[in-house]
Amino acid sequence: MSDAHSHADIKKHVKTYIVIFIALLIGTFVTVALYSIHFENFAITVAIALLVASIKAALVAGFFMHLISEKKAIYAMLAATVFFFASMMYLTVWSRGQMPKGTEYSGSKYIPHPADNGGSY
Amino acid sequence: MEIPYTAKARPDTGLYNAKVGIWLFLASEVMLFGALFSAYILLRVGADPGTWPQGLLNIPIGTFNTTVLITSSVTVVLGWASLKMGNFGAYRKYQAITILCALGFLGIKSFEYKDKWTHYEVWKTDGTRMTGHIEGSPWFWKTETLAKKKLESIKFTPDAHHYNDPKSHGADAKADHSKGHHEAVEIKTSEIKRLSAFVPGHSTFFAIYFTLTALHGLHVLGGALVIAYIWGPGAKMWKTDPEQYMNRVEVSGLFWHFVDLVWIFLFPVIYLL
Repeated sequence: MSDAHSHADIKKHVKTYIVIFIALLIGTFVTVALYSIHFENFAITVAIALLVASIKAALVAGFFMHLISEKKAIYAMLAATVFFFASMMYLTVWSRGQMPKGTEYSGSKYIPHPADNGGSY
Repeated sequence: MEIPYTAKARPDTGLYNAKVGIWLFLASEVMLFGALFSAYILLRVGADPGTWPQGLLNIPIGTFNTTVLITSSVTVVLGWASLKMGNFGAYRKYQAITILCALGFLGIKSFEYKDKWTHYEVWKTDGTRMTGHIEGSPWFWKTETLAKKKLESIKFTPDAHHYNDPKSHGADAKADHSKGHHEAVEIKTSEIKRLSAFVPGHSTFFAIYFTLTALHGLHVLGGALVIAYIWGPGAKMWKTDPEQYMNRVEVSGLFWHFVDLVWIFLFPVIYLL
Protein backbone atom coordinates (compact mmCIF):
# COMPACT_ATOMS: atom_id res chain seq x y z
CA MET A 1 0.00 0.00 0.00
CA SER A 2 1.39 3.41 -0.82
CA ASP A 3 2.39 5.58 2.12
CA ALA A 4 0.24 8.52 1.12
CA HIS A 5 -3.38 7.96 2.03
CA SER A 6 -6.34 10.27 2.08
CA HIS A 7 -8.99 9.76 4.76
CA ALA A 8 -11.49 8.76 2.09
CA ASP A 9 -9.09 6.06 0.83
CA ILE A 10 -8.61 4.69 4.32
CA LYS A 11 -12.37 4.61 4.91
CA LYS A 12 -12.76 2.57 1.72
CA HIS A 13 -10.06 0.20 2.96
CA VAL A 14 -11.84 -0.21 6.29
CA LYS A 15 -14.92 -1.47 4.46
CA THR A 16 -12.72 -3.94 2.55
CA TYR A 17 -11.15 -5.17 5.82
CA ILE A 18 -14.60 -5.93 7.25
CA VAL A 19 -15.60 -7.84 4.10
CA ILE A 20 -12.35 -9.84 4.23
CA PHE A 21 -12.91 -10.58 7.92
CA ILE A 22 -16.36 -12.02 7.15
CA ALA A 23 -14.92 -14.03 4.24
CA LEU A 24 -12.24 -15.49 6.55
CA LEU A 25 -14.85 -16.54 9.10
CA ILE A 26 -16.95 -18.16 6.37
CA GLY A 27 -13.81 -19.93 5.05
CA THR A 28 -13.10 -21.33 8.53
CA PHE A 29 -16.59 -22.76 8.90
CA VAL A 30 -16.52 -24.16 5.35
CA THR A 31 -13.26 -25.99 6.19
CA VAL A 32 -14.80 -27.53 9.31
CA ALA A 33 -18.04 -28.41 7.47
CA LEU A 34 -16.08 -30.17 4.72
CA TYR A 35 -14.37 -32.31 7.36
CA SER A 36 -17.65 -34.04 8.16
CA ILE A 37 -18.05 -35.07 4.49
CA HIS A 38 -16.31 -38.36 3.79
CA PHE A 39 -14.61 -38.32 0.39
CA GLU A 40 -13.62 -41.68 -1.06
CA ASN A 41 -10.10 -40.50 -1.74
CA PHE A 42 -8.11 -38.96 1.12
CA ALA A 43 -6.19 -36.87 -1.43
CA ILE A 44 -9.43 -35.00 -2.26
CA THR A 45 -9.91 -34.13 1.43
CA VAL A 46 -6.32 -32.83 1.63
CA ALA A 47 -6.65 -30.88 -1.64
CA ILE A 48 -9.90 -29.16 -0.58
CA ALA A 49 -8.59 -28.33 2.90
CA LEU A 50 -5.41 -26.82 1.47
CA LEU A 51 -7.32 -24.96 -1.26
CA VAL A 52 -9.59 -23.23 1.27
CA ALA A 53 -6.58 -22.47 3.51
CA SER A 54 -4.69 -21.02 0.53
CA ILE A 55 -7.63 -18.75 -0.39
CA LYS A 56 -7.83 -17.53 3.22
CA ALA A 57 -4.07 -16.97 3.31
CA ALA A 58 -4.21 -15.03 0.03
CA LEU A 59 -6.91 -12.76 1.49
CA VAL A 60 -4.84 -12.06 4.62
CA ALA A 61 -1.61 -11.48 2.66
CA GLY A 62 -3.30 -9.49 -0.13
CA PHE A 63 -5.50 -7.16 1.92
CA PHE A 64 -4.43 -7.15 5.57
CA MET A 65 -0.72 -7.18 4.68
CA HIS A 66 -1.37 -4.93 1.67
CA LEU A 67 0.52 -7.16 -0.75
CA ILE A 68 -2.04 -6.39 -3.42
CA SER A 69 -0.44 -2.93 -3.87
CA GLU A 70 3.10 -3.05 -2.52
CA LYS A 71 6.47 -1.76 -3.71
CA LYS A 72 8.60 -3.75 -6.17
CA ALA A 73 11.35 -4.30 -3.56
CA ILE A 74 8.97 -6.38 -1.44
CA TYR A 75 7.76 -8.40 -4.44
CA ALA A 76 11.41 -9.13 -5.28
CA MET A 77 12.09 -10.40 -1.75
CA LEU A 78 8.96 -12.55 -1.83
CA ALA A 79 9.84 -13.97 -5.25
CA ALA A 80 13.12 -15.24 -3.76
CA THR A 81 11.19 -16.67 -0.78
CA VAL A 82 8.74 -18.45 -3.06
CA PHE A 83 11.64 -19.94 -5.05
CA PHE A 84 13.40 -21.31 -1.97
CA PHE A 85 10.15 -22.46 -0.35
CA ALA A 86 9.12 -24.30 -3.53
CA SER A 87 12.60 -25.86 -3.76
CA MET A 88 12.33 -27.09 -0.18
CA MET A 89 8.89 -28.58 -0.82
CA TYR A 90 10.24 -30.21 -3.99
CA LEU A 91 12.83 -31.96 -1.84
CA THR A 92 9.91 -33.47 0.09
CA VAL A 93 8.34 -34.77 -3.10
CA TRP A 94 11.75 -35.90 -4.39
CA SER A 95 12.22 -38.09 -1.33
CA ARG A 96 9.04 -40.03 -2.18
CA GLY A 97 9.64 -43.70 -1.59
CA GLN A 98 12.08 -42.92 1.20
CA MET A 99 9.48 -41.93 3.75
CA PRO A 100 10.24 -42.84 7.37
CA LYS A 101 7.95 -45.77 8.08
CA GLY A 102 5.75 -46.19 11.13
CA THR A 103 4.65 -43.56 13.60
CA GLU A 104 4.29 -45.59 16.75
CA TYR A 105 6.60 -45.91 19.70
CA SER A 106 8.87 -48.93 19.45
CA GLY A 107 10.93 -48.47 22.61
CA SER A 108 14.23 -46.69 22.98
CA LYS A 109 15.89 -49.04 20.51
CA TYR A 110 15.37 -48.49 16.78
CA ILE A 111 13.32 -51.30 15.26
CA PRO A 112 13.08 -51.29 11.46
CA HIS A 113 9.61 -51.42 10.01
CA PRO A 114 8.88 -54.67 8.11
CA ALA A 115 8.25 -52.67 4.93
CA ASP A 116 11.59 -50.92 5.35
CA ASN A 117 14.48 -52.71 3.68
CA GLY A 118 16.94 -50.72 5.71
CA GLY A 119 18.98 -47.86 4.42
CA SER A 120 16.01 -45.80 3.31
CA TYR A 121 16.49 -43.40 6.19
CA MET B 1 24.10 8.06 15.71
CA GLU B 2 20.75 8.58 14.10
CA ILE B 3 19.15 5.60 12.39
CA PRO B 4 18.22 6.63 8.84
CA TYR B 5 14.84 6.14 7.15
CA THR B 6 12.80 5.24 10.24
CA ALA B 7 9.92 7.40 9.07
CA LYS B 8 10.56 8.52 5.51
CA ALA B 9 11.02 6.11 2.61
CA ARG B 10 14.46 5.36 1.18
CA PRO B 11 14.64 6.71 -2.38
CA ASP B 12 15.92 3.46 -3.90
CA THR B 13 13.48 0.98 -2.29
CA GLY B 14 10.59 3.38 -1.80
CA LEU B 15 10.17 1.91 1.69
CA TYR B 16 11.20 2.88 5.22
CA ASN B 17 13.91 0.56 6.52
CA ALA B 18 11.87 -1.25 9.18
CA LYS B 19 9.45 -2.42 6.50
CA VAL B 20 12.26 -3.96 4.46
CA GLY B 21 13.55 -5.53 7.68
CA ILE B 22 10.25 -7.08 8.71
CA TRP B 23 9.66 -8.55 5.24
CA LEU B 24 13.15 -10.09 5.25
CA PHE B 25 12.41 -11.51 8.70
CA LEU B 26 9.05 -12.88 7.53
CA ALA B 27 10.81 -14.50 4.56
CA SER B 28 13.07 -16.37 7.00
CA GLU B 29 9.99 -17.33 9.03
CA VAL B 30 8.36 -18.80 5.92
CA MET B 31 11.39 -21.10 5.59
CA LEU B 32 11.28 -22.04 9.29
CA PHE B 33 7.62 -23.01 9.31
CA GLY B 34 7.92 -24.43 5.78
CA ALA B 35 10.62 -26.84 6.95
CA LEU B 36 8.41 -28.02 9.81
CA PHE B 37 5.40 -28.35 7.52
CA SER B 38 7.44 -30.48 5.10
CA ALA B 39 8.53 -32.64 8.07
CA TYR B 40 4.86 -33.03 8.98
CA ILE B 41 3.97 -34.02 5.40
CA LEU B 42 6.77 -36.63 5.31
CA LEU B 43 5.64 -38.15 8.59
CA ARG B 44 1.93 -38.03 7.71
CA VAL B 45 2.38 -39.61 4.28
CA GLY B 46 4.82 -42.19 5.66
CA ALA B 47 2.39 -43.32 8.37
CA ASP B 48 1.06 -46.82 7.91
CA PRO B 49 -2.73 -46.94 7.44
CA GLY B 50 -4.48 -46.70 10.79
CA THR B 51 -1.42 -45.61 12.77
CA TRP B 52 -1.86 -41.85 12.49
CA PRO B 53 -3.94 -40.70 15.47
CA GLN B 54 -7.11 -38.92 14.38
CA GLY B 55 -9.93 -37.37 16.34
CA LEU B 56 -7.74 -36.64 19.38
CA LEU B 57 -7.86 -32.86 19.02
CA ASN B 58 -10.88 -30.82 19.95
CA ILE B 59 -12.20 -29.37 16.67
CA PRO B 60 -14.79 -26.93 18.16
CA ILE B 61 -12.09 -25.44 20.41
CA GLY B 62 -9.64 -25.27 17.48
CA THR B 63 -12.31 -23.57 15.34
CA PHE B 64 -13.05 -21.07 18.09
CA ASN B 65 -9.36 -20.29 18.48
CA THR B 66 -9.12 -19.75 14.71
CA THR B 67 -11.92 -17.17 14.86
CA VAL B 68 -10.16 -15.49 17.82
CA LEU B 69 -6.96 -15.13 15.80
CA ILE B 70 -8.81 -13.91 12.68
CA THR B 71 -10.62 -11.32 14.84
CA SER B 72 -7.27 -10.12 16.23
CA SER B 73 -5.94 -9.80 12.70
CA VAL B 74 -8.77 -7.51 11.63
CA THR B 75 -8.49 -5.38 14.79
CA VAL B 76 -4.76 -4.88 14.10
CA VAL B 77 -5.43 -3.54 10.62
CA LEU B 78 -8.40 -1.44 11.82
CA GLY B 79 -6.15 0.01 14.55
CA TRP B 80 -3.54 0.96 11.97
CA ALA B 81 -6.23 2.52 9.73
CA SER B 82 -7.53 4.54 12.72
CA LEU B 83 -4.03 5.94 13.31
CA LYS B 84 -3.72 6.86 9.65
CA MET B 85 -6.93 8.88 10.09
CA GLY B 86 -5.47 10.49 13.22
CA ASN B 87 -7.86 8.73 15.61
CA PHE B 88 -5.56 7.61 18.40
CA GLY B 89 -8.45 6.67 20.73
CA ALA B 90 -9.93 4.21 18.22
CA TYR B 91 -6.46 2.72 17.61
CA ARG B 92 -6.06 2.14 21.35
CA LYS B 93 -9.44 0.36 21.53
CA TYR B 94 -8.75 -1.88 18.53
CA GLN B 95 -5.28 -2.86 19.77
CA ALA B 96 -6.67 -3.57 23.25
CA ILE B 97 -8.99 -6.10 21.58
CA THR B 98 -5.98 -7.53 19.71
CA ILE B 99 -4.06 -8.04 22.97
CA LEU B 100 -7.11 -9.61 24.62
CA CYS B 101 -7.53 -11.96 21.64
CA ALA B 102 -3.85 -12.95 21.89
CA LEU B 103 -4.23 -13.73 25.58
CA GLY B 104 -7.47 -15.59 24.84
CA PHE B 105 -5.77 -17.66 22.15
CA LEU B 106 -2.90 -18.60 24.48
CA GLY B 107 -5.31 -19.35 27.33
CA ILE B 108 -7.38 -21.68 25.16
CA LYS B 109 -4.22 -23.35 23.82
CA SER B 110 -2.99 -23.89 27.40
CA PHE B 111 -6.31 -25.52 28.23
CA GLU B 112 -5.89 -27.81 25.21
CA TYR B 113 -2.33 -28.70 26.26
CA LYS B 114 -3.43 -29.48 29.83
CA ASP B 115 -6.18 -31.69 28.42
CA LYS B 116 -3.57 -33.67 26.47
CA TRP B 117 -1.16 -33.97 29.41
CA THR B 118 -3.88 -35.61 31.53
CA HIS B 119 -5.12 -37.90 28.72
CA TYR B 120 -3.42 -41.31 28.59
CA GLU B 121 -2.87 -44.35 26.45
CA VAL B 122 -2.28 -47.78 27.97
CA TRP B 123 -0.57 -50.58 26.03
CA LYS B 124 -1.44 -53.84 27.79
CA THR B 125 0.69 -56.99 27.83
CA ASP B 126 -2.12 -58.89 26.03
CA GLY B 127 -1.68 -56.56 23.02
CA THR B 128 -4.81 -54.47 23.60
CA ARG B 129 -4.64 -50.69 23.86
CA MET B 130 -6.95 -48.08 25.27
CA THR B 131 -7.05 -44.34 25.74
CA GLY B 132 -8.67 -42.51 28.64
CA HIS B 133 -8.10 -40.84 31.97
CA ILE B 134 -6.44 -42.00 35.18
CA GLU B 135 -8.34 -41.29 38.39
CA GLY B 136 -7.29 -37.91 39.82
CA SER B 137 -6.16 -36.66 36.37
CA PRO B 138 -2.39 -36.71 37.11
CA TRP B 139 0.01 -34.96 34.70
CA PHE B 140 2.83 -36.58 32.70
CA TRP B 141 2.71 -40.09 34.15
CA LYS B 142 4.68 -42.72 32.26
CA THR B 143 5.44 -46.42 32.69
CA GLU B 144 8.24 -45.73 35.17
CA THR B 145 5.93 -43.57 37.31
CA LEU B 146 3.92 -46.66 38.23
CA ALA B 147 7.04 -48.40 39.58
CA LYS B 148 8.28 -45.27 41.34
CA LYS B 149 4.96 -44.81 43.10
CA LYS B 150 4.85 -48.58 43.80
CA LEU B 151 1.29 -48.77 42.48
CA GLU B 152 -0.26 -52.21 42.09
CA SER B 153 -3.09 -50.93 39.90
CA ILE B 154 -4.62 -47.79 38.44
CA LYS B 155 -8.24 -46.78 38.05
CA PHE B 156 -8.74 -45.95 34.38
CA THR B 157 -11.76 -44.45 32.60
CA PRO B 158 -11.46 -45.49 28.94
CA ASP B 159 -12.68 -43.39 26.01
CA ALA B 160 -15.57 -44.68 23.92
CA HIS B 161 -13.15 -45.68 21.13
CA HIS B 162 -9.43 -46.01 20.57
CA TYR B 163 -8.14 -43.57 17.92
CA ASN B 164 -7.13 -46.42 15.61
CA ASP B 165 -10.71 -47.62 15.57
CA PRO B 166 -12.36 -46.32 12.36
CA LYS B 167 -15.41 -45.46 14.48
CA SER B 168 -13.35 -42.77 16.23
CA HIS B 169 -13.02 -40.73 13.00
CA GLY B 170 -15.26 -38.11 11.44
CA ALA B 171 -18.98 -37.84 12.00
CA ASP B 172 -19.30 -41.27 13.67
CA ALA B 173 -16.93 -40.13 16.39
CA LYS B 174 -19.06 -37.09 17.22
CA ALA B 175 -22.09 -39.29 17.77
CA ASP B 176 -20.14 -41.77 19.92
CA HIS B 177 -18.24 -39.21 21.98
CA SER B 178 -21.51 -37.58 22.93
CA LYS B 179 -22.38 -40.83 24.70
CA GLY B 180 -19.50 -40.14 27.09
CA HIS B 181 -16.86 -42.44 28.56
CA HIS B 182 -17.05 -46.09 29.51
CA GLU B 183 -17.19 -47.19 33.14
CA ALA B 184 -13.93 -46.90 35.09
CA VAL B 185 -11.86 -50.10 35.18
CA GLU B 186 -9.08 -51.29 37.45
CA ILE B 187 -5.88 -52.18 35.52
CA LYS B 188 -3.13 -54.11 37.30
CA THR B 189 0.32 -52.57 36.89
CA SER B 190 1.70 -55.99 35.94
CA GLU B 191 -0.65 -55.95 32.90
CA ILE B 192 0.67 -52.59 31.65
CA LYS B 193 3.44 -52.78 29.08
CA ARG B 194 3.55 -49.06 28.47
CA LEU B 195 1.76 -45.98 29.79
CA SER B 196 2.04 -42.52 28.25
CA ALA B 197 0.16 -39.24 28.41
CA PHE B 198 -0.41 -37.43 25.10
CA VAL B 199 2.99 -35.73 25.27
CA PRO B 200 5.65 -35.39 22.51
CA GLY B 201 7.13 -38.77 23.50
CA HIS B 202 3.80 -40.53 22.95
CA SER B 203 4.02 -40.71 19.16
CA THR B 204 5.31 -38.96 16.07
CA PHE B 205 1.95 -37.20 15.74
CA PHE B 206 2.20 -35.55 19.15
CA ALA B 207 5.90 -34.76 18.65
CA ILE B 208 5.15 -32.72 15.52
CA TYR B 209 1.88 -31.37 16.97
CA PHE B 210 3.60 -29.90 20.03
CA THR B 211 6.60 -28.65 18.00
CA LEU B 212 4.44 -26.77 15.50
CA THR B 213 1.82 -25.41 17.90
CA ALA B 214 4.33 -24.45 20.63
CA LEU B 215 6.51 -22.62 18.11
CA HIS B 216 3.42 -20.84 16.82
CA GLY B 217 2.34 -20.09 20.40
CA LEU B 218 5.73 -18.48 21.10
CA HIS B 219 5.21 -16.28 18.05
CA VAL B 220 1.78 -15.26 19.37
CA LEU B 221 3.34 -14.42 22.74
CA GLY B 222 6.22 -12.45 21.15
CA GLY B 223 3.87 -10.56 18.83
CA ALA B 224 1.48 -9.73 21.68
CA LEU B 225 4.34 -8.39 23.83
CA VAL B 226 5.55 -6.10 21.02
CA ILE B 227 2.02 -4.86 20.25
CA ALA B 228 1.40 -4.30 23.98
CA TYR B 229 4.64 -2.31 24.32
CA ILE B 230 3.78 -0.07 21.34
CA TRP B 231 0.22 0.29 22.67
CA GLY B 232 1.35 1.09 26.22
CA PRO B 233 4.72 2.64 27.18
CA GLY B 234 5.81 3.07 23.55
CA ALA B 235 2.76 5.23 22.74
CA LYS B 236 4.60 8.36 23.86
CA MET B 237 6.12 8.43 20.39
CA TRP B 238 2.74 9.31 18.89
CA LYS B 239 3.25 12.85 20.23
CA THR B 240 6.91 13.24 19.30
CA ASP B 241 7.08 11.39 15.96
CA PRO B 242 3.67 10.19 14.73
CA GLU B 243 5.03 9.05 11.35
CA GLN B 244 7.53 6.65 12.91
CA TYR B 245 4.92 5.51 15.45
CA MET B 246 2.53 4.57 12.64
CA ASN B 247 5.36 2.67 10.98
CA ARG B 248 5.99 0.72 14.19
CA VAL B 249 2.30 -0.17 14.36
CA GLU B 250 2.36 -1.28 10.72
CA VAL B 251 5.47 -3.44 11.18
CA SER B 252 4.12 -5.15 14.30
CA GLY B 253 0.85 -5.64 12.42
CA LEU B 254 2.63 -7.34 9.50
CA PHE B 255 4.19 -9.79 11.94
CA TRP B 256 0.80 -10.41 13.56
CA HIS B 257 -0.85 -11.14 10.20
CA PHE B 258 1.93 -13.63 9.47
CA VAL B 259 1.20 -15.40 12.77
CA ASP B 260 -2.47 -15.57 11.70
CA LEU B 261 -1.43 -16.85 8.28
CA VAL B 262 0.57 -19.72 9.78
CA TRP B 263 -2.42 -20.74 11.92
CA ILE B 264 -4.69 -20.69 8.84
CA PHE B 265 -2.61 -23.63 7.52
CA LEU B 266 -1.90 -25.26 10.88
CA PHE B 267 -5.55 -25.60 11.86
CA PRO B 268 -6.81 -27.76 8.94
CA VAL B 269 -3.56 -29.73 8.63
CA ILE B 270 -3.26 -30.73 12.28
CA TYR B 271 -6.86 -30.76 13.48
CA LEU B 272 -8.68 -32.07 10.44
CA LEU B 273 -6.42 -34.22 8.25
